[in-house]
Amino acid sequence: MITKERVVMRSEIDTVKSIKSKFLGNWAVIATGLVLAAAPFFLSDFRLNLLGKFLTFAILALALDLIWGYTGILSLGQGLFFGLGAYGFAMYLKLEASGGILPDFMSWSGLTKLPWFWKPFASAWFAIPMAIIIPMALASILGFLTFRNRIKGVYFSILTQAMTLIFSILFVGQQQYTGGTNGITNLKTIFNLPLAEPSTHRILYYAALIGLAASYLLCHWLVRGRFGRILVAIRDGENRLRFSGYNPVPFKVFVFAVSAGLAALAGALFVPQVGIISPAMLGIVPSIEIAIWVAIGGRGTLIGAVIGTLLVSTAKSGFSESYPDIWSIFMGALFIGAVLLFPEGVVGVYNKLRQRLRARKSVLEVPELVEPSLYETPFTVANLESAVKAGSKRA
Amino acid sequence: MDTFLLQIFNGISVGSILLLIALGLAITFGLMKVINMAHGEFIMIGAYVAYVTQLIFARHVSKSLFGLYFIVAIVLAFVATWLIGLLLEGVLIRFLYGRPLDSLLATWGVSMVLQQLARSIFGAPNVDVVSPTWLDGGIKVTEALQLPYKRLFIIGFVAVCIIGIYFYIYRSASGRRMRAVMQNRDMAACVGIPTRRVDAYTFALGSGLAGMAGVALTLLGSIGPSIGTYYIVDAFMVVVLGGVGKLVGTILGALAIGSVNTALEFGTTASLGKVLVFGLVILFLQWRPQGLFSIKTRALDDN
Repeated sequence: MITKERVVMRSEIDTVKSIKSKFLGNWAVIATGLVLAAAPFFLSDFRLNLLGKFLTFAILALALDLIWGYTGILSLGQGLFFGLGAYGFAMYLKLEASGGILPDFMSWSGLTKLPWFWKPFASAWFAIPMAIIIPMALASILGFLTFRNRIKGVYFSILTQAMTLIFSILFVGQQQYTGGTNGITNLKTIFNLPLAEPSTHRILYYAALIGLAASYLLCHWLVRGRFGRILVAIRDGENRLRFSGYNPVPFKVFVFAVSAGLAALAGALFVPQVGIISPAMLGIVPSIEIAIWVAIGGRGTLIGAVIGTLLVSTAKSGFSESYPDIWSIFMGALFIGAVLLFPEGVVGVYNKLRQRLRARKSVLEVPELVEPSLYETPFTVANLESAVKAGSKRA
Repeated sequence: MDTFLLQIFNGISVGSILLLIALGLAITFGLMKVINMAHGEFIMIGAYVAYVTQLIFARHVSKSLFGLYFIVAIVLAFVATWLIGLLLEGVLIRFLYGRPLDSLLATWGVSMVLQQLARSIFGAPNVDVVSPTWLDGGIKVTEALQLPYKRLFIIGFVAVCIIGIYFYIYRSASGRRMRAVMQNRDMAACVGIPTRRVDAYTFALGSGLAGMAGVALTLLGSIGPSIGTYYIVDAFMVVVLGGVGKLVGTILGALAIGSVNTALEFGTTASLGKVLVFGLVILFLQWRPQGLFSIKTRALDDN
């Protein structure tokens, strides 16, 4: 029997708890941000450059988490959008490096004039917006053409994967325009700052950190309110959403475009840090690796995407330098394990542990609070149903 | 004109290999809603079985019988990939039923492991498989147009496989059980069909087909640890285009993608041809989102 007083007490405790956990979550985010902001003061240049790259990967993971973790659409085209963003910005950097004359790879493959679509990229004011707008436009077109026909689930994943493969073949094939297998190399300066200098690295690192923070806030803002509820509803019961009077198509196209734009931003922030972009970075392998970062960290939680990326990337750079063979097998095992054993990732495991600890505590204090409250579990239809069931049992 | 005809002919032979590969994918996806990204690695295993068989024949069997290795390799490759498929289904795939996206990721992991194992055993560079001499040469149609026996053999071999599969699916008891499970799993279970066993054997059959496709691929060029990745995306496009659940959809899809691909690559460049094929598939899906053929169902959510 639930008496009225108990209900009140429960909801009060829940509110206190949810505020507390939100604060703890926020503190964790802020603390991570502060550590990352201080990193240039205690990391070597090499490590800092590495971490800067990981930060752009984290943006990439946020982008995938938005569309996969929250909306349930697994896009395997994220590597392509990342690559397009990187290529777009690299075109500008290449023109800056070649100083007005034809870029080296073009003259090697026999071009005598700059192709027309390269020309406007000489201006940063054109190149930077375009690096993000073009992938967003591509995503909108593909998204509209597929979602409109209710092509979803794994069909959509396969189509995006095919698109990624085709573009990487195209970029290899059109050597005179894209630099072929080598990609765009020998990028020297960014806004007249030499790329090789540690001081430039530091600036680029902060640019990546600001990009990550901005992306995090954007995603947080998107998933927090009603819009986020609709995304989750698309994931958990798209037809139910349709019956409630929503048309999911514009939401899906929009979230796919935003995700593509964030991935492109990550690419544009990535390319000056490494000074090279090649088709190997926009293939199907990098696209699917992003999924493992998100899965390891915990899908459907933004902080999880960031944590997962930093964890897996750090492990990879440590491992693969000394044992590339074992790394490949380990990575494969991660894919299998993340799906079978830890579908909720690091954040899920952490939450479960915390819940168990709290449950044990509350068994001692208030026996009625054993079951996990509605607010702490992810908001899904399944959870809702089980909570309702549990409630009716108690009554 | 002759070169164009030859290109079309080559397209059909590539399409027929694609068909063998896509068939396994279409069946497993239709039956268990599992996407098997490691399917390409069964092609790779089949190809390496052919390579190993060829090495053994070259060393231990008299020269006059060397040409027979290819037939032996086809049988061995089928048996090997069938067994590995059964094993994979037992230890991993059966936990992933009805979760296509999760199965995609998990089997991608399997594919990474298998590729790395192949790299460790056989080395990263591609290896050549010596084709049997009885497949050298070809039929001269006109002065300039010669149809190579290798490609003719592939087409004939695939045709035999398809006929076999047709009789298996539509004329045998176990094929009937398979179709029943595909159409309505719960109903099939109610009338006493062992759905778990049907799943396992079907998955193994699809893997075996991919293994034989791998042997056929050794006729066309050298093979390497990542040979599967090259074909898997095309094979998935066949499934998307052809639809799930009907044999004829997969056949038409494979032939369409194989020949249009080759024709467009002939007309433009290889890379632009691929872009055009992708565009055509997307356009086609505007007209028929379910693909060419699919099982009609009244269910709202298809799983």
